[in-house]
Amino acid sequence: MARAWKFGDDLDTDQILPGRYAPFMTGQDKFHAYAFHDARPEFATTVKPGDVLVGGDNFGCGSSREYAVAALKVHGIGGVVAKSFARIFFRNCINLGIPVLESADAADLVADGDDVTLDLVAGRLRTPCGAATLRPLPRFAQEILSAGGVVSYLRAHGDFPALD
Amino acid sequence: MTAKTLAEKILSRSSGRDVRAGDLAIVPVSRVMVHDSVIDAVMAGMKALGKERVWDTERVCVFVDHAAPAPTPVVADSHRVLREWVRGQRIATFYDAGEGVCHQIMVEDGFCEPGTVIVGSDSHSNSYGSVGAFGAGMGATDIAVALALGRTWLRVPESIKVQFVGQLRPGVTWKDAITKVVGEVGTDGARYACVEFHGVGSLPQGDRITLSGMSTEMGAKAGIVVDTPEAPEWLHPDADASYTRVVRVDLDALEPQVAVPPRVDQVVDVSAVAGTAVDIVFLGSCTNGRLVDMRQVVQLLRGRRIAPEVRLEVVPASRRQFEDALADGTIAALSRAGAVVGASGCGPCLGRQGGVLAGAEICLSTANRNYKGRMGSPEASIYIGSPYVAAVAALTGVIDDPRPFLEADEESFDLLVAHRRRSRPAVGAASARAGDRARELVGAVPIRTSPQVFGMEVED
Ligand code: SF4
Repeated sequence: MARAWKFGDDLDTDQILPGRYAPFMTGQDKFHAYAFHDARPEFATTVKPGDVLVGGDNFGCGSSREYAVAALKVHGIGGVVAKSFARIFFRNCINLGIPVLESADAADLVADGDDVTLDLVAGRLRTPCGAATLRPLPRFAQEILSAGGVVSYLRAHGDFPALD
Repeated sequence: MTAKTLAEKILSRSSGRDVRAGDLAIVPVSRVMVHDSVIDAVMAGMKALGKERVWDTERVCVFVDHAAPAPTPVVADSHRVLREWVRGQRIATFYDAGEGVCHQIMVEDGFCEPGTVIVGSDSHSNSYGSVGAFGAGMGATDIAVALALGRTWLRVPESIKVQFVGQLRPGVTWKDAITKVVGEVGTDGARYACVEFHGVGSLPQGDRITLSGMSTEMGAKAGIVVDTPEAPEWLHPDADASYTRVVRVDLDALEPQVAVPPRVDQVVDVSAVAGTAVDIVFLGSCTNGRLVDMRQVVQLLRGRRIAPEVRLEVVPASRRQFEDALADGTIAALSRAGAVVGASGCGPCLGRQGGVLAGAEICLSTANRNYKGRMGSPEASIYIGSPYVAAVAALTGVIDDPRPFLEADEESFDLLVAHRRRSRPAVGAASARAGDRARELVGAVPIRTSPQVFGMEVED
């Protein structure tokens, strides 16, 4: 069981990690403490490893700053489920090993604070109001994710996963 | 179905497979562009990969442009580290502070081979589509991987076709045309997509950079101009290629456009915001910091000085643009008009150095982004417009349609300027608000440790 953190449409990277708390402003060891600093001040102190972020359309839009995703990674976020994702955020998540999954119905089923279970094998997000369907990721992305990100994948295999 | 879009053609050719929108592709990159604001993360990424050297020292282009010359000791230090890295890696192509904005130089100095894939550590790497390259912005880990392997993975994007028809009228520019498109499509309307610009292949390179670069403002992965003079024969979308959307822009009917803060897709005809007071005008950026843009401002100023209440910041997009503008007297004319001319680079476009905005200030910028805090204080407002609109704002202190100024004879020109200057709303209120806000911030937190006060934003 994990807690769901619910967000709306167009959640931008500035809300995930305001630019003024970028690692070079605050330090590599501290910047994650400012995750959702303005949007959800209680987030950084109460989030637990495995918690799931649930959002609407265009999740992670805005700048290409990877450290927004890095902050989520440090907090051990179990996955992000949204109606759709901004492209740079999406690939940054895969690269850093955070499951990112599109779901047409998750946002409608989940309320903030719900107990949810992200079942990547079954492709479901189980919620108190029923199970949301997750769109399967390409095998290429799954392989990178299961290695824990592109860096670990490349260290282990020396090249990208094969495309089928 | 065999017809292909430009993106499908380029990515099929580079990957050596027949790929379609939605497929994944692994492609070699012809260049990797890296700039100063992400170098630490890129170096860390390469280290994590266990890679000591870049894959090809001839194919990496490094720039110091985002906060250059260095505004603080911290930034200066990171520039120093970057220079050492460039030397240690024996990277052939390095442009230090003052040489200009990465994207301008990438195109101007011929680093963007048409029909190839180029990745950059900056979201406006789409600019390389101005000469027919598939340029895409990526995060630090992606850039580190591309530097290490010389390859990247991509999802082949769907494409949106933007068809320009007709002719721009005098006083209306390609900046107005692309701002109109951004307004129509919205900031996420081209998400994951490649925007193809049709009907503009023969434009001067600079105008094409304005178009391609601003495809980023619609969330696009790439923005490619079709049928440029640089493009090889094969680089042409098939007539029956499939597009998720076609946007037609009638240039004959186009008015000067302004993007109203804090959204770049909140776009109106200039008349809708005419009379808005402006405190500072920024002429520069990879979008509109070239000689032609500076000339348009000089053309409109007609030797007059800017309004006493206004500052005009000019930052040429590259040293070449700067030197051309020096040679033909454009810089002298801007200086005589009261402009501050900064070192070629990003300048205040991203609010890190060289004329950042105070709280409650209103800026008219020729750049591409106007979200809260982009150019300094989050309390400031940024209107985006063409160089002509910028020139009027500098001259009169208000936003206005540039065309009457361009058309007026000498005598009515001065009357028009005087009239507009008198109409400028009192800014006392705004200034007082800015002062209060500053005091509030200083009172609330010790100024030295308050990131809010410095509000530095990374352009990524
Ligand atoms: S948009 Fe501004 S900050 Fe970004 S590359 Fe262009 S000039 Fe530099």
